[in-house]
Amino acid sequence: MSNDWYKKTAHEIRDAVRAKKVTALEVTESHLARIEDVDGKVKAFTDVWADAARNQAKAVDARIKNGEDVGVLAGVPIGLKDVFCTKRGTTTCCSKILKGYRSPFDGTAVERLQNAGAVFLGKLNMDEFAMGSSTENSSVQITRNPWNLDCVPGGSSGGSAAAIAADECAITLGSDTGGSIRQPAACVGCVGIKPTYGRISRYGLVAFASSLDQIGPFTKDVEDTAIALNVMCGRDPKDSTSADLAVPDFTKSLKADVSGLRIGLPKEYYTDALNAEMREKIMDAVKVLERQGAKVVEVSLPHTDYAIAVYYIICTAEASANLARFDGVRYGYRAPGVGSTQELYTRTKTDGYGPEVRRRIMLGTYVLSSGYYDAYYLKAQKVRSLIRKDFTDAFEKCDVVLTPTSPTAAFKIGEKSANPLEMYLSDIYTISVNLAGIPGLSMPCGLVASGLPAGIQIMAKPFDEETILRVAYTYEQKRGFEMGTPTAVK
Amino acid sequence: MKYEPVIGMEVHVELSTKSKVFCGCSTNFHAPANSNVCPVCLGMPGVLPVINKRAVEMSVMVGLALNCTISRWSKMDRKNYFYPDLAKNYQISQYDLPLCHDGFIDIKANGTSKRIGITRAHLEEDTARNTHTIGGGDSGVDFNRCGVTLLEIVTEPDIRGAEEAFAYLTELKQLLRYLDVSDCNMEEGSLRAEANISIRPTGTESFGTKTEVKNVASFSGIQKAIEFEIARQAKLIDEGGKVVQETRGWDADRGITFSQRAKESAHDYRYFPDPDLVPIVVDEAWEGRIRESLPELPQARRARFESGYGLSAYDAGVLTAEKEMADYYEAVVKQGCAPKQAANWLSVELQALLTEHKQELTASKVTADRLAAMLKLIEDGTISGKIAKEVLLDMFESGKEPKAIVEEKNLVQISDTSAIESAAREVIAANPGPVAEFRSGKEKTFGFLVGQLMKATKGKANPQMANEVLRKVLKETE
Repeated sequence: MSNDWYKKTAHEIRDAVRAKKVTALEVTESHLARIEDVDGKVKAFTDVWADAARNQAKAVDARIKNGEDVGVLAGVPIGLKDVFCTKRGTTTCCSKILKGYRSPFDGTAVERLQNAGAVFLGKLNMDEFAMGSSTENSSVQITRNPWNLDCVPGGSSGGSAAAIAADECAITLGSDTGGSIRQPAACVGCVGIKPTYGRISRYGLVAFASSLDQIGPFTKDVEDTAIALNVMCGRDPKDSTSADLAVPDFTKSLKADVSGLRIGLPKEYYTDALNAEMREKIMDAVKVLERQGAKVVEVSLPHTDYAIAVYYIICTAEASANLARFDGVRYGYRAPGVGSTQELYTRTKTDGYGPEVRRRIMLGTYVLSSGYYDAYYLKAQKVRSLIRKDFTDAFEKCDVVLTPTSPTAAFKIGEKSANPLEMYLSDIYTISVNLAGIPGLSMPCGLVASGLPAGIQIMAKPFDEETILRVAYTYEQKRGFEMGTPTAVK
Repeated sequence: MKYEPVIGMEVHVELSTKSKVFCGCSTNFHAPANSNVCPVCLGMPGVLPVINKRAVEMSVMVGLALNCTISRWSKMDRKNYFYPDLAKNYQISQYDLPLCHDGFIDIKANGTSKRIGITRAHLEEDTARNTHTIGGGDSGVDFNRCGVTLLEIVTEPDIRGAEEAFAYLTELKQLLRYLDVSDCNMEEGSLRAEANISIRPTGTESFGTKTEVKNVASFSGIQKAIEFEIARQAKLIDEGGKVVQETRGWDADRGITFSQRAKESAHDYRYFPDPDLVPIVVDEAWEGRIRESLPELPQARRARFESGYGLSAYDAGVLTAEKEMADYYEAVVKQGCAPKQAANWLSVELQALLTEHKQELTASKVTADRLAAMLKLIEDGTISGKIAKEVLLDMFESGKEPKAIVEEKNLVQISDTSAIESAAREVIAANPGPVAEFRSGKEKTFGFLVGQLMKATKGKANPQMANEVLRKVLKETE
């Protein structure tokens, strides 16, 4: 069944399915065929649920036939980062230690998407346990950037990003602990948002760093982001940290109107260290918004320099505890032929984790150890408060902060894998957002000379996703170009 | 040399919340292994804990009853260590900001009253239960207990001997039972006590090296273990040796403590705040509501029993030792029975039957209503105290109403003066010897003659009337 529904946005598909112009099954078949065509090159999927997706689509069609309201994602094909617990298939975080693990439950975000009529196409590649910025740390495969197959798609949600750019899914789900949605979205040229910490329940998201992790969607346009947020946001009694706040209708923010809006440009981000080409792309985007009536103000985020250090202390500390449960006792990989409990733990973890995960567990264990706790973990928590305050102060002067998402466009596969510290710098512009708990969105702002996408990041106050969406929508409507289909998957 | 023992206690109590502290699983102790489990308490990937509000309330109840300050703001922390009974390989506990702190409890030991400081009481989750096949080879983990609400209560090192430790545990258990927050069943592990014991030369201030005695199955076992440990440490030091800081077990059969493991001073739990849980905020209003909900506590009840019912300190202590007993007592008194008499019949006569038959008061067929009805029969002269014992035994066994028993067995007391008088004449006639002795001034013999009179009336004569009538007839026939 050949058709080009795979090129469409989620809202286009939803409207057509609801209006019975196309069946959910036809849409699903279109995407499955697309996956068949391009995923051999892109390698975004680790598991394609073809039959289950068809059945889900048929169920949606049957309900539509019965005149039922199927929901705002009726028949929309969605892919899930392998960090989300699903009853269907396996949930492995692309780690050997969870190979073959089947979760007994669906997480809250997945459940809400399903209740809104979504059709799940399968699981997507990621850096093991979401630790990485290139998806090269997956134990399963390396995902390629659809704009240049020699380049990484960013990470850790590289599979989710690439699947959107390559038109394999209409929406995908990712998780963002230090930039893992926004940085890959920038690398592949799609929209990705990390909502405010607490906006979306983390129940069913395998934890990396609990105080930083947030779920968010990857989409082809800003409207789809608003729709996905409408479905997933809101208090969940299963997550104590989910915010007990009313959720606005985010589609009402889709107005091309930024007159009087104050755009803050933090001077600490626009230094000589910023790649000139990237700066030019960002400034072009700022000009688009200025033409629509926005005003630019310089702001300061004085503790920016400490963000990476603070982040790698806090996230590794939390990870060292979160990952302790993978011990071979109750589920997952168990090293064979061990003689003692101690050996069971050591061998299971040594064999089961990749080098980056082991590195972070050791680092996190170290910073929490007695004698080091005060110097590292406690100090980092204090600086985290200062970083949060930087943003509070900045948002007194502006409504949104605009920065590049990533210091460079996507890099070559293997280019940074030998140097973890250089890899960590890929998230230099995204990490502060997680530390402060504020929302941040990345969207494409053109191609750099090498033909790879550049991304602009829009941040706002906690729980002010509405302003972000309004700015993003305005820019999308007024930027005057389309990103088009990536060259390698045309 | 003379030594002074210095003891601090750590007690873990399983609070009787219906569901576990961070998930909805049942806490029923008798369920089959691994049946009260869910992804949350099994520590499956992707789950999150949500605190049980009732667990916080119960902890605050205990804190208030122990005169603690309740933290307006406290938090849960992760205590990291690897063990197969710990699903997440960290235990959610409280580190530097416990829910309750700086309290005290008054105990009575060696005839005097003493105040024991409570350092803290903090909330945490229980671990699973590991079992091993005898002789080794196989181990199993039952996760039913994993995530059950646990409150750890820690005292200051204020306890100065085994008897005080026993008194502390007894008083604490009584308090917890009154609050109805735990069944405090040591055999099922819902109350677990550990003692940190050190000794120092009497009159000195600095602390000696302590040992920790764990895994003792009863309060009396702990008392014995402490006694043993004090003597062991003293002997060790007297002989020029040194106490080693370690955990020691208690061998109840041999009556000795034994080394279990040296305390790794290097054990590093890497505590840090659990980012999955929000701070626990107990504001003044909530604390006030919990305080108002507290039942009358043992010490207050004891005092009220003494002043309100005119009971001796001893009787008040016996009757309030168990909340059930105190409630029962008050139910009897409420029906208009004389407090002192009710106290005797309950704590002596009925208690003897209960002890003999190993029965719980609450399970007895002698309900408070029935005991009260029997006491009224004594008070209105229908039966004598002696007969009442027979009635009580019958009630205890049959569960019949006392009035029915009295009628059935024809036990109604003889209060008819003429009937007693004729019986008295018969007794006097039949016992010339003792009568002569009595008349010669041997007052003691009177008791014998009363006994003969009671025997002649099959115990049914009103004892007071029997006395009076016998004296009168003895005088008349002199």
